[in-house]
Amino acid sequence: MPDNGEHVAERTAPGGVDTASPEETPVFSLRDVSVSYGDHLALAGVNMDVNAREVTAFIGPSGCGKSTLLRSLNRMNDLITGARVRGELLYKGADLYAPSVDAVQVRKRIGMVFQKPNPFPKSIYDNVAFGPRTVGMKGDMDGIVEKALRGAALWDEVSDRLRDNAYSLSGGQQQRLCIARAIAVEPDVILMDEPCSALDPVSTVRVEDLMAELKERYSIVIVTHNMHQAARVAERTAFFSVQVDDAGNRIGRLIEAGETGTIFTKPTDKRTEDYISGRVG
Amino acid sequence: MADSSMAASTAGANPRRPLAGAGTSHWGEKLIKVFLALCAAFSVLVTTGIVLSLVFPTISFFGQIPLAEFLLGTTWAPAFAQASFGVLPIVVGTLIVVVTALAVSVPIGLASAIYLSEYASSRVRKVVKPALEVLEGIPTVAIGLFAFFFMRPLAEQLFPFFPWDTPFSIGIAGVAVGLLIVPLVASVSEDAMRSVPAGLREGAYALGASKMRVSMRVIFPAAISGIIAAVVLGTSRAIGETMVVLIAAGAGNPNLTFNWFGSAQTMTAYIGGTATGDISQGTVVYDTIFAVGALLFSMTLVMNIIATRLVRRFREVYE
Repeated sequence: MPDNGEHVAERTAPGGVDTASPEETPVFSLRDVSVSYGDHLALAGVNMDVNAREVTAFIGPSGCGKSTLLRSLNRMNDLITGARVRGELLYKGADLYAPSVDAVQVRKRIGMVFQKPNPFPKSIYDNVAFGPRTVGMKGDMDGIVEKALRGAALWDEVSDRLRDNAYSLSGGQQQRLCIARAIAVEPDVILMDEPCSALDPVSTVRVEDLMAELKERYSIVIVTHNMHQAARVAERTAFFSVQVDDAGNRIGRLIEAGETGTIFTKPTDKRTEDYISGRVG
Repeated sequence: MADSSMAASTAGANPRRPLAGAGTSHWGEKLIKVFLALCAAFSVLVTTGIVLSLVFPTISFFGQIPLAEFLLGTTWAPAFAQASFGVLPIVVGTLIVVVTALAVSVPIGLASAIYLSEYASSRVRKVVKPALEVLEGIPTVAIGLFAFFFMRPLAEQLFPFFPWDTPFSIGIAGVAVGLLIVPLVASVSEDAMRSVPAGLREGAYALGASKMRVSMRVIFPAAISGIIAAVVLGTSRAIGETMVVLIAAGAGNPNLTFNWFGSAQTMTAYIGGTATGDISQGTVVYDTIFAVGALLFSMTLVMNIIATRLVRRFREVYE
């Protein structure tokens, strides 16, 4: 496997639940994390690690807080008034929510791809160049754009029409453009919020193949409704569910997290088993 | 043929609900359609009427005064014994007001719009937006008085070295008109910015863009057609504004002047000041107000056409 030798994805984690690979500190360490919107507690008591250079999938029924948690990882929740994150959320050992941390700097390292492709109404080139220009990357912009488009397996389809509007692309191409846009700034982590839910099956396969390539260089966290997708792309899977408390509030909980194979074949929690076997959700 | 197909459809599975329909609702629909079409036609008719009412006195005017003398002459003194019909002085007066008003209202209006749309919390927006819309409704007479009795003397106290040669100032009138249209520019462009899909905003923030960068590089270009519309509306309002300039800019000087600090007349102020009860129909002076009105109308029309082109040229279409 061509690799610079610096990082080799640790794939042979011990069978235990939720331990980081021994060679690297986890990208994210979550200790008793909860997220609330105003008075409403959306997600509570999450403890887990996310490993570097792997795909981690968040699965679970609607309203279980998986997207909410994803958006806490790059402080996108800051944009929603009343959103509040409690607990300890460490990114490479540093508290993401420490008062001295600038959310803008966080997002330069931790990119995001959204459910609905959201290219800017600009040319394909300008879409990819937006991030590098924002973070002030120096050097050959044409080269940066080409590299990102190649990285997102889109270059061959658009190299002769970089000046065309991004909206002239198909939905699947737009989503890969958004991935190119995200990797153009060379982040550490890419968060993907149901990146294939608006795509046709062929485009979905292309994006999934892309994830397999991208995880050699980036850590990826993906929220998905599609359990098969989690099984196909993710090394580790975290299953979330909704608990209804005595007052009738619906609160998202992490039920279990671990290697994808274990979660799908030998889940330790009955709720995981029910969800995966299709009895609930 | 038509009869038989009709019969076939009415003899369907459910005879109680014939497909052909009961005549009454059909006629009701037609009636509503006609009524709505008449309403739409009404505004078109009114516009046509306005244009026609301008056309005949204007033709009569140009029967007496050559077009070139009107458009190129630099002395505007239609009611003087030594009458002169060069429209340039009042065209320049209008331009000074429009440029000044835009120089005041566009920066302030757009900055307020960006603040309200991208920076302000929803609580602040809920208070400020309606307040802006109330400001839009302040009677222009009040603003004219404010400009004449407050702004103009204050300006002279602050900057005594400028040539304030009369109690009136076309420039100060322009500033007052600018203040008048700030709420309009702010409110219309804020609507345009708010209607940019949230996905674009999130996409830019997720790339580590600051608020200013998201506003200027993503929201502003995506909303540009609405923003141009806001500026055009503001410009039309500034061109057409009469009361403020009538009060604060004075009766002007018959000769062409570019003195921002002194008195000058605008096209609207001329029309407003002249079209009073004691003007007699059939005179040249009577016809001048229509000729000036027609010129005003053509200028606004040309501006609107240019603006439409601009919008098409710069529009960033999302989806």
